Amino acid sequence: MNDVMVKAQDLKKWFPVRLGFFRSILSKTELYVRAIDGISFEVKKGEIYGLAGESGSGKTTTGRVLLRLTEPTSGKIIFGGEDITSLGDRDLKPIRRRMQIIFQDPYESLNPRKTVSDIVQEPLAIQGIVGKEAEERVYKVMEDVQMIPPDEFLLRLPHELSGGQRQRVAGARALVLDPEFIVADEPVSMLDVSTRAEILNLMTGIRDKYGVSFLYITHDLALTHHICDSLAIMYLGKIMERGPTDIVLKESLHPYTQSLIAAVPVPDPTSRRIEVVIKGEIPSPINPPSGCRFHTRCPVMKGDICRSKEPPLVEVEKDHFVACYLHSK
Amino acid sequence: MALLEVRDLKTYFTTLSGQVRAVDGVTFEVESGQATGLAGESGCGKTTTALSLLRVLPFNGRILEGEIVFKGKDLVKLDEDEMRENIRWKEISIVFQGAMNALNPVYSIGDQIIEPIMLHDKSVVKSEAWARAEKLMELVGVDPSRLDNYAHEFSGGMKQRSMIAMALACNPSLFIADEPTTALDVIVAAQVLKLLKELKIRLNLGMVLITHDLSIIAEICEKVAIMYAGKIMEYGDVVTMFKEPLHPYTQGLIHSFPNILAPRTSLTSIPGYPPDLLNPPKGCRFHPRCKHKKEICKREEPFFAEFKKGHFVACHKVTTEFKGRKW
Repeated sequence: MNDVMVKAQDLKKWFPVRLGFFRSILSKTELYVRAIDGISFEVKKGEIYGLAGESGSGKTTTGRVLLRLTEPTSGKIIFGGEDITSLGDRDLKPIRRRMQIIFQDPYESLNPRKTVSDIVQEPLAIQGIVGKEAEERVYKVMEDVQMIPPDEFLLRLPHELSGGQRQRVAGARALVLDPEFIVADEPVSMLDVSTRAEILNLMTGIRDKYGVSFLYITHDLALTHHICDSLAIMYLGKIMERGPTDIVLKESLHPYTQSLIAAVPVPDPTSRRIEVVIKGEIPSPINPPSGCRFHTRCPVMKGDICRSKEPPLVEVEKDHFVACYLHSK
Repeated sequence: MALLEVRDLKTYFTTLSGQVRAVDGVTFEVESGQATGLAGESGCGKTTTALSLLRVLPFNGRILEGEIVFKGKDLVKLDEDEMRENIRWKEISIVFQGAMNALNPVYSIGDQIIEPIMLHDKSVVKSEAWARAEKLMELVGVDPSRLDNYAHEFSGGMKQRSMIAMALACNPSLFIADEPTTALDVIVAAQVLKLLKELKIRLNLGMVLITHDLSIIAEICEKVAIMYAGKIMEYGDVVTMFKEPLHPYTQGLIHSFPNILAPRTSLTSIPGYPPDLLNPPKGCRFHPRCKHKKEICKREEPFFAEFKKGHFVACHKVTTEFKGRKW
């Protein structure tokens, strides 16, 4: 299918756990944090794909693995139809131009000693683009992120910018190489509420204008409702449900998705109140529950099958996938 | 008379660059068994207001003017000894922002909860205090047998609940929660919110809930004050504020919050960003970002006026239109 930008195929990322000195001598077993434990999904061209979950769900690791900022333990990453999972650095470099990232913390992701101009130019320099062409690209992306007039901002240092402006600079830096795919990891969670929409609207504007695909990683389900075309819900390293955002949010099938939605408060005092239908805390990703990972907290667990065998992610209606025995055999 | 009446409170910080007018004339009330929300973005003065209520400002902060009338007594005029012995923690307590990181890592949770109990009542012995701590843990939904644990053995949600237990240790009448669910996962945050709601009702607590998240305000509070740059822009009961907001800032803020249940619409934003409180804008502090601004907004600060009973707004446009004139 050539309308697929990025495909994750049974992707796994396990991080070895460092035990203390004596324990590592005495212990025979190796322990791993199973951050991502076999996930598959596709981001189409020009799509804003939401990846949502709580902490420890593996969503940030997924973003990093797709960009090969961290190497996967197993599985495949297909980018623009090409398997990039095992490409060496030299072959990966031209691919890296086409995929970029915007981080969560605008106060940490910009070098405090570099001017905006330096920051936005850096990717160009790395890819060997200098001189007049570089300058033109910088001006163009500054306008794309609406830092107008660019000259007013180019010589500023990060501490002379507000949080929203810093994220725009991060966006400009991500755009300057004309990427096809951008991973946005909680790009607005550290910004004031009244500026969040600006950055989000900027993202959709860039998608509309240039057809860039986004992987939007967040724990804020309410936000996904407003800007994501598709949505995948992650829990303890696996995808519990995925599909078009409206379907996943309004016609959720997985008990975890339903619990999450019921727990999100809304800015309307006359609307429904939140409910907490699941108990306990998220189990450890070092030793996830057997069978369905969610079974220890599931309010509607069916029984032995949930405890013993992991439910596969199954397409229950067009484009709507669920991993739950309530909806499949 | 309300449990807490704050009138025209002004708290300024003295810095090398000048005076920061962090809280610049703030008025609101809290009733027992009800929560008043202080909502606003960074730098609006909500946390400073909370610190002023307890008089725990940093060394360079001072309450310049105003009254904090708690159970009929003005706390601003109270001497420090009485404040410390009778008010702080005993009558008014607080869970600070990021409180779960404030737990002492080398003492057990239990030791930390009994500390204020024993400090505030010298007649209580350790076993009594421990028993009370166990009851508090039950109240907040944590297994009392875990009082012996240390902070690192608790999850984020459990730590937050322990902080709430600690804040309730001396049976206060007023409880201040500053961003109680920031940094917590969705489900855990929901559990903490439900707990706060239950406590408010069960213990007839007055609550001040400080947050930037209007959804939390809608979930828990009866009244809300929308703060901006050290001032209150609009104040009233929560339903009116959300359904018929009058101040342009309130309107802009509400529309920039996503609602998971509402139809999918694009979010709006308010251009610009909050001002520097060393040198706030003249006239209405919000005017540089307001799409309705006129000359008067740049010159004159609008009066914090009561429109209908209990609903206050500080805005020239609102005042003008209320008088039947065109803006």
